[in-house]
Amino acid sequence: MAIFSLWVINKAGGLVYQRNFADGLAQLTSNEHLVLAGTLHGIHAITSRLSPIGASSGAQVIEGESFKMTIFLTATGTKFVLFTSLHETTTDSVLQRVYEAYADAVMKNPFHTPEMPIRSEGFDSRITALIGTGQS
Amino acid sequence: MSAYAQPHPRFSVLSSSSLSSADHSSPTSTTRFSYPSAPSINTTLVGSPKPSAVRPNIYDRPLNKTRTAEVSSSAFAFLFSEVVQYTQKRVAGITDLERRLNTLGYRIGTRVLELMVWRTESTGKAPKREIRFLPTLMFIHTQVWRAVFGKPADALEKSVENEDEYMIIDNDPPITRNISVPRDMSSLSCSSYTAGIVEAVLDGLGFPARVTAHNTPTQQYPGRTVILIKFEKSVLEREEAMSAK
Repeated sequence: MAIFSLWVINKAGGLVYQRNFADGLAQLTSNEHLVLAGTLHGIHAITSRLSPIGASSGAQVIEGESFKMTIFLTATGTKFVLFTSLHETTTDSVLQRVYEAYADAVMKNPFHTPEMPIRSEGFDSRITALIGTGQS
Repeated sequence: MSAYAQPHPRFSVLSSSSLSSADHSSPTSTTRFSYPSAPSINTTLVGSPKPSAVRPNIYDRPLNKTRTAEVSSSAFAFLFSEVVQYTQKRVAGITDLERRLNTLGYRIGTRVLELMVWRTESTGKAPKREIRFLPTLMFIHTQVWRAVFGKPADALEKSVENEDEYMIIDNDPPITRNISVPRDMSSLSCSSYTAGIVEAVLDGLGFPARVTAHNTPTQQYPGRTVILIKFEKSVLEREEAMSAK
């Protein structure tokens, strides 16, 4: 039961926020994170077109052997991806509240440029309060 | 659009003047995007029949009825964010930005004072007006803050070093709650807007002062802001003369 990492991917597939909270995943460089986020964006676009019964919002959970990633797609195309252990139960509520923090501390901040990396102390502290401390 | 269908004479004046200004400038600047709306105002005015039961426009509504009406804080946060971005594009530095925000706040303050005095004193038999500065500061700290932000400010202090300086302290100013100022502009306080409101209220009551906003974050309150009021000499002299009596 642990939350490993959080990604925020903008609607063009760029990684605008990445933060680790606990060990359990391979340590990657920021460049590798960027590439993986872009790949996930592509996979997500494909999954949203695979549905046999018309419109689909795309992949929501992808599970591995030791972790799962939960993808939360907002109406504007921004994706929040939470990396957790397999039996983490709070993912949905955590993602909801991350979205809330994003709406408050990022979108209402006049010093944030949309679609650009998030550098907002307010968002950082809200996430820390929500998920807990972590490295970087 | 429905507002323009009102029979009120003010509107016909207002919209015809905006129309004529559009006519004047449209041949020269065709790329401006705001003008196409003007003809549609025209069609609304002329074409549509007057609705039978329309909501009175904001000028015709009684001022006291909206006393408890609230504005969405999110809507305001987005608006204020745009205000800051708009202003930031048009200034050279932080001082200039704060000065502009102050000026914008000043326009709010004059109206806030007007409205508050109207609401509280117009019905009274003996309307009063603050002439001493401590009650005035208390009035700003409590009533003005409550009217503008929905809660009183957290503290009112007198400066230890300077006789003519007073401070109103807000631990978590609602208008800057969602704003994270980047490190390279850390001296910027968007509460300059609030400072402008305070300055206008003081000016309106006859206490000319210079009002500025300063960030004073603490561990517990990262958004803590001090509104510093520096009265003009004449105010202090008058106060002294009055207390000597």
